[in-house]
Amino acid sequence: MTGIILDIAEKRFPAAAGAPARLIYSDFRLEVAPFGFLVLLAPSGLGKTTLLNMVAGLDPDFAGGIRFEPSPGRSFSAEGPRIAYAFQSPRLLPWRRVRDNVALPLGRDPAAAEKAMAMLREVGLEEQADAYPERLSLGQQRRVALARAFVLDPDVLLMDEPFVSLDEAGAARLRDLLRRLLARRPATVMFVTHDSREAVELGTRIVRLDGVPARIVADIPVGLSADERRNPALVEECRRAVFG
Amino acid sequence: MAFLRSGTATVGGTRRERPRAGLGGAGTTLVSLVLLALAWQAAALIVASPLLPGPPAVAEAMLRASADYALPRNILITLGRVAASFLVAMLLGSAIGIALGRSRALDRVFGPWLIVLLNLPALVVIILCYVWFGLTEAAAITAVAVNKIPNVAVTLREGAAALSRELDEMALVYRFGRLRTLRHVVLPQLAPFFAASARSGLALTWKIVLVVELLGRSNGVGFELQTAFQLFDVATVLAYALAFTVVVQLIELTLIQPWERRANRWRR
Repeated sequence: MTGIILDIAEKRFPAAAGAPARLIYSDFRLEVAPFGFLVLLAPSGLGKTTLLNMVAGLDPDFAGGIRFEPSPGRSFSAEGPRIAYAFQSPRLLPWRRVRDNVALPLGRDPAAAEKAMAMLREVGLEEQADAYPERLSLGQQRRVALARAFVLDPDVLLMDEPFVSLDEAGAARLRDLLRRLLARRPATVMFVTHDSREAVELGTRIVRLDGVPARIVADIPVGLSADERRNPALVEECRRAVFG
Repeated sequence: MAFLRSGTATVGGTRRERPRAGLGGAGTTLVSLVLLALAWQAAALIVASPLLPGPPAVAEAMLRASADYALPRNILITLGRVAASFLVAMLLGSAIGIALGRSRALDRVFGPWLIVLLNLPALVVIILCYVWFGLTEAAAITAVAVNKIPNVAVTLREGAAALSRELDEMALVYRFGRLRTLRHVVLPQLAPFFAASARSGLALTWKIVLVVELLGRSNGVGFELQTAFQLFDVATVLAYALAFTVVVQLIELTLIQPWERRANRWRR
């Protein structure tokens, strides 16, 4: 329902603590289609996280603009689109129970507790609802972070390598979970990774960035169906066709 | 050669339980205290002077002071002053500390003031307060609070400077708003720093309160100690000291420690 148009005239990091000033983006333009799953693929240190932070409103220090377009006939509340962000680390509040971590983004919603429990059921963590996050495994913590993101019913979902430092089987299960959650609550997704397999398995469009300042060096649509994405051999074949 | 590493836990036991001062711990403490009383009694017998009364004489003095409720009344008065100045110091000290911890510019300007205040002798602050504001209750409480504020501020400044930027960003993206961010994100991170400054604060506050009472009040434990001192009534001095120490220990056990346990229950 939400398209995103990024139009960044200039983003630079000022010189600090001995490091010279760095130009990250210059005349950078990218449009994300409503309900698209855009994967940003780039070497580390290029500014992928910076891009997500700008979209999330965490980093307003840039020249240019980012526009969110509601689908025809709809409009956002005064606060703009609902944005959820799955960070590289789960960023849960260790001193709040799992259920409260999921309920907190809902604010004063009287049904917050019920919604949070329903969401935890969906990610398979109902039994851990009363535990504190640090008692959970990293995989479980990442599930909680997903639940917290989806409980908002977000228009825009930003994901910054949300499945790193998991073993392959655990990461595969979480990718599967993410696909299921998105099928029920469609959102416009920007997903950052440097894993091309993950990119092909999840994305409907892959954008590769490179260079300083970063620019788009490849823009690849991925035409796999939902069933085909569940087939590792097909995903690998497609990956090889795209990336050689 | 075979090697067997055996676990130390019993079947059905929970690993999470922390070793606590249970019956064994309490028993050891009791034995230790009885030993101290015996040593004191022995010393009193050897010296055999009214300047070192033994435990029975002190107990008698305690009863005598309690007969007209002077001892409990004075302890309550002193505790009231401790509570008032402690609260004022914690509130102002925390506010100052958090502000300095979050703003580097403020810290550069006012940080040196804290150092000056930290190194100002307690007695100087007390004298100045009495001279400037008169021998009043407000002056007494101000004097104690001013002594304590820089300690609280320094501790909380450290805590505020170490606040997690990552969680801040999370709260911003998920639109927690100011109040909920404070309650769910900021204050829990500061809890250990509050506990540390509260604990050292209580110890410091009640010591200074006695001096303040001695110098410019006509009631409270400090005033009674001075009266006893002028009469060389060591038994009464010890009686007040003992009673007050017990009360402070009770506060620690029944208020501060349970609160700390509650605030820390999420830790692994």
